[in-house]
Amino acid sequence: MKITYREALRQAMHEALAADPRVFLMGEDVGRYGGSYAVWKGFLAEFGPERIRDAPLSELGFVGTAIGAALGGMRPIVEIMTVNFSLLALDQIVNTAAVYRHMSGGQFSVPVVVRMATGGGRQLAAQHSHSLENWYAHVPGLTVLAPATVDDARGMLRAALADPDPVVIFEHAMLYPMEGELSPDWEKADLRTAKILRAGRDVTLIAYGGTVCKAQEAALQLAAEGIEAEVLDLRVLRPLDDATIMASVGRTRRAVIVDEGWRTGSLAGEIMARIMEQAFYELDAPVARVCSAEVPIPYAKHMEEAALPQAPAVVAAVRQLLAKV
Amino acid sequence: MSDPQLKPVGLPAPEALALLRDMVRIRRFEERCADLYGQQKIRGFLHLYIGEEAVAVGALHALGPGDNIVATYREHGHALVRGVSPGAIMAEMYGKQEGCSRGRGGSMHLFDAKTRLFGGNAIVGGGLPLAVGLALAEQMQGGSRVTAVFFGEGAVAEGAFHESMNLAALWKLPVVFCCENNFYAMGTAIERSESQTDLCAKAASYNMKTLRADGMDVIATQAAMRDAVAQVRSGAGPVFVEFQTYRYRAHSMFDPDLYRDKAEVERWKTRGPIHNLSNRMKAEGSLTEEAFLAIDAEAIKEVDAAVAFAEAGTWEPVEHLAHHLYTVNRAETAR
Repeated sequence: MKITYREALRQAMHEALAADPRVFLMGEDVGRYGGSYAVWKGFLAEFGPERIRDAPLSELGFVGTAIGAALGGMRPIVEIMTVNFSLLALDQIVNTAAVYRHMSGGQFSVPVVVRMATGGGRQLAAQHSHSLENWYAHVPGLTVLAPATVDDARGMLRAALADPDPVVIFEHAMLYPMEGELSPDWEKADLRTAKILRAGRDVTLIAYGGTVCKAQEAALQLAAEGIEAEVLDLRVLRPLDDATIMASVGRTRRAVIVDEGWRTGSLAGEIMARIMEQAFYELDAPVARVCSAEVPIPYAKHMEEAALPQAPAVVAAVRQLLAKV
Repeated sequence: MSDPQLKPVGLPAPEALALLRDMVRIRRFEERCADLYGQQKIRGFLHLYIGEEAVAVGALHALGPGDNIVATYREHGHALVRGVSPGAIMAEMYGKQEGCSRGRGGSMHLFDAKTRLFGGNAIVGGGLPLAVGLALAEQMQGGSRVTAVFFGEGAVAEGAFHESMNLAALWKLPVVFCCENNFYAMGTAIERSESQTDLCAKAASYNMKTLRADGMDVIATQAAMRDAVAQVRSGAGPVFVEFQTYRYRAHSMFDPDLYRDKAEVERWKTRGPIHNLSNRMKAEGSLTEEAFLAIDAEAIKEVDAAVAFAEAGTWEPVEHLAHHLYTVNRAETAR
């Protein structure tokens, strides 16, 4: 069955709200407006304003409130409009949610789910387009997810709510209208493993969130040239699934990481380091990466496209790796 | 013979004695903490509550056992009054695994699930949104718990304060905002950090009921808190209570205390919360000097026992470093 990513999110949220009275959704314009990405149309009428709770523009306040509500026995899902705005709530996520269990000697778990849109590509300029997933993936105590497929859009929320600790979910804003085949596997969505979306023998393209479809696009182009690229969707950004990454790189002996974050201090850099630590002798070429240009994401379409990782850059990186053999 | 200069206690003797006893317990406990800090038994930051005891004692004596407490990094007193074992508090300061946070938190992060003490929070203002959330959970679950959140007047400058006050008032949540105004945010006097130093006026702008209490008078702090709790528990929404108080010691053990006039400190000391109550009780005949000394001796004995417990405590094996990071302890947590 083909569905959109947005519809998959709707189904997941509907299921969560219907299944557990402790679950509620809170955020800016989630209720009467219908969700800033039109994802929650009709939810307010069905579940009421207590559980589809419009919050004022107080990211620090309402994210902290969700954390407190989680401590108080609820299962809040808190929505932040974009990752850029999440910086206003970073204190509560990093200094409270992530540390409370460890700092209290195991007494207080924080079962909160924080969702937010991330990424560029819609000409929204520098304050609505950044990709800061690695900031969150840096923090012990959090679990960080990046659903890139309709299966994960459908399945990850259930797994996140079943987790007793804080989970941060990044939805790339370009994915909402994306259509995909919902496979029966969606119910198996976990918070641990990466997934091979396309098998290949020559190179592993490691991507997450918004770059997964770009890696797939690059793999199609490469296939036309006779180069078989494996596409690995990280899915979970913390903890990273080293086993799946190393197994794939061990087979293909080459890797290109496609990361919409800026190169410096990026997740791509972290993955490269792990490959060097764990699979150095399996490699036939240095690991490469395609990241965003180190500038604030600009408004003009051609400039924005140039700033973000694109399939042709991935293809070029692969060609260069193969040429080095 | 009662002294006409002194305000009547206005409480039955056993209740007044309980308040007095808890203030003395905090005082003796913290004096020992300062000594132990000098001996390097306690390390890190240590923030003493000495001088401010009437606030935690009065406020917590107005709450029920099911209520939620969110405190700051100056929370030894709150934990003691709340009923956390003094031994577990002292062991926490020592960093021992018998501590109330298994030695993970130290002085600034005393936690106790049993008594619903949701921490010692060392981000100024950080506990306020948390308290609002605890109250929201309570409202959504139809319960009757009240959440009391303590914070200094320094927190009033934080965005978290304003966002939390707005959310709590907007949703009529059962929170008592307990502002412990000791007039200094570390070294910054309130006049140097607030355009409006009338904190109740600020709070009232959120359409919230406000109360102001003499934080050096435990009878007054308890009475104000009782009013606040009654209103909050009735479902009428949050209340802001300003307790005007003073810390006699420096901000922390690292603070040379150069920003306050010594005469000012001495002036406040004449209003000491323990003598404030004990003098009134003596004047009314409900306390003798012998009884007071017995309370003091009992408090010292409690501290001795707490120190012995902490000394006998054990160090958590370093192999446990990543324990309690996630509820389900996973092998990959160290990665």
